[in-house]
Amino acid sequence: MSEVTNERSTQLGYKVSALREGTVIDHLVAGTALKVIDILGLDFKGSVTVGLNYESDKVGSKDIIKIERREVTQEEVARIALVSPRATFSIIRDFQVVDKFQPVLPEVIDNLIRCPNPSCVTSDDRVATSFIVLRSDPLRVRCHYCERAMKKEEIELL
Amino acid sequence: MTTETLSLVGRDLISMRDFTRDELLAFLDEARAFEDFREPILLGLVLGSLFFEPSTRTNLSFSGAMQRLGGSVLGFADSKVSSTAKGESLADTIRAVENYCDIILLRHPLEGAARLAAESTGLPVINAGDGTNQHPTQTLLDLYTIQQRRGRLDNLKIAFIGDLKYSRTVHSLIDTLAHFDNELFLISPPTLRIPAEFLEELDARGTVYSEDEDFFAVAKDVDILYTTRIQQERFPDPVEYEKVKNAYRIDREGLQKIGDEITLMHPLPRVNEIATDLDDYPGSAYFEQVRNGVTIRKAVLSMLLGKPRV
Ligand SMILES: [Zn+2]
Repeated sequence: MSEVTNERSTQLGYKVSALREGTVIDHLVAGTALKVIDILGLDFKGSVTVGLNYESDKVGSKDIIKIERREVTQEEVARIALVSPRATFSIIRDFQVVDKFQPVLPEVIDNLIRCPNPSCVTSDDRVATSFIVLRSDPLRVRCHYCERAMKKEEIELL
Repeated sequence: MTTETLSLVGRDLISMRDFTRDELLAFLDEARAFEDFREPILLGLVLGSLFFEPSTRTNLSFSGAMQRLGGSVLGFADSKVSSTAKGESLADTIRAVENYCDIILLRHPLEGAARLAAESTGLPVINAGDGTNQHPTQTLLDLYTIQQRRGRLDNLKIAFIGDLKYSRTVHSLIDTLAHFDNELFLISPPTLRIPAEFLEELDARGTVYSEDEDFFAVAKDVDILYTTRIQQERFPDPVEYEKVKNAYRIDREGLQKIGDEITLMHPLPRVNEIATDLDDYPGSAYFEQVRNGVTIRKAVLSMLLGKPRV
């Protein structure tokens, strides 16, 4: 039995109905679910269930999002990976988990991170940002423009 | 010439990180042939020289290089006279200027400005300094000087002394030297140590280095001493500045204690890091660096514009 199904019966099962079609994003770092909703935008066809601050053996405390009738694009997965690199994605069809994966960051991240360097040319909002991924976990990126390398704690999502 | 040279035609010169070891060696090889060369191979070509902050030396050096090869220069030496002062975006300025010239030279206080400029035009763009980030022709002329003085770019013991925290020149040269096998000594006061990200990079690339506060503790083994200016504005306490300034001053007496084999470099302008009694010391290469700057820039202009020597 997959972990998603398991949790549905033991935790989420009490609060929300099982998903027929859609995506479960699990193991989100606690406190990041609303940011992830933000990343996914308002393009939802069905209901969205957000669970905050569950206890998890695997990651301490975590958030979970269940999205009905909506799968996620690779770009969205990449964005979510920046917020929560160890999130797991389960694609559900007809109540079954048909695909389960962890995100892989792209080599280049465009227009997703704000460069914290005040002397960077991207501090002018008319300039789109771009970052090169040097390492994904722990995250290390280099600004394509000012060439400064930074860690996750130093960057800010747009 | 070689295929390496051909691959540089139309390229931008934004950051040393964009070039392989072979490509930067191609720049240095070509520069050797440009030492005394002054034929009009760039006749009819125009360098658009945009200085959004003043840098008289770099400006003059590029203008001299362009004009000695028969090309001409237009542009501005200070952004106060440009329309950016009226709020025009850099990309728009570049899209206008590309109609007046064949290659663009950009000096800008913001880091990444040259990269942005290059993305806004099909013309080759040369970075003449973007904030504290890169100034690639400075790095090339430093490598050229090292190669000329020591006959090689590897198996050298190179000490950097002074402000290793803020010096763009030092950061870029150290980073580029990691292409070659050398031992680096990083000498600075504790408050001006090189940022950790550069050390991580050296570790990742297997460069051997050590950090120290006292140059004379390591000096006797060193082949090259690269000194930099320690700027007063980096020190909130003027007393502290005076102490550091004098502790990192090199003079003839000090240098002779360690022999006369050392090559002494400095990006200029100097304040008092190198005493004037060293100007005729055989190892002093800092005025040569200025001359090499013009040579390197002649080679760079010729190569990026695809107009080789005839
Ligand atoms: Zn930046």
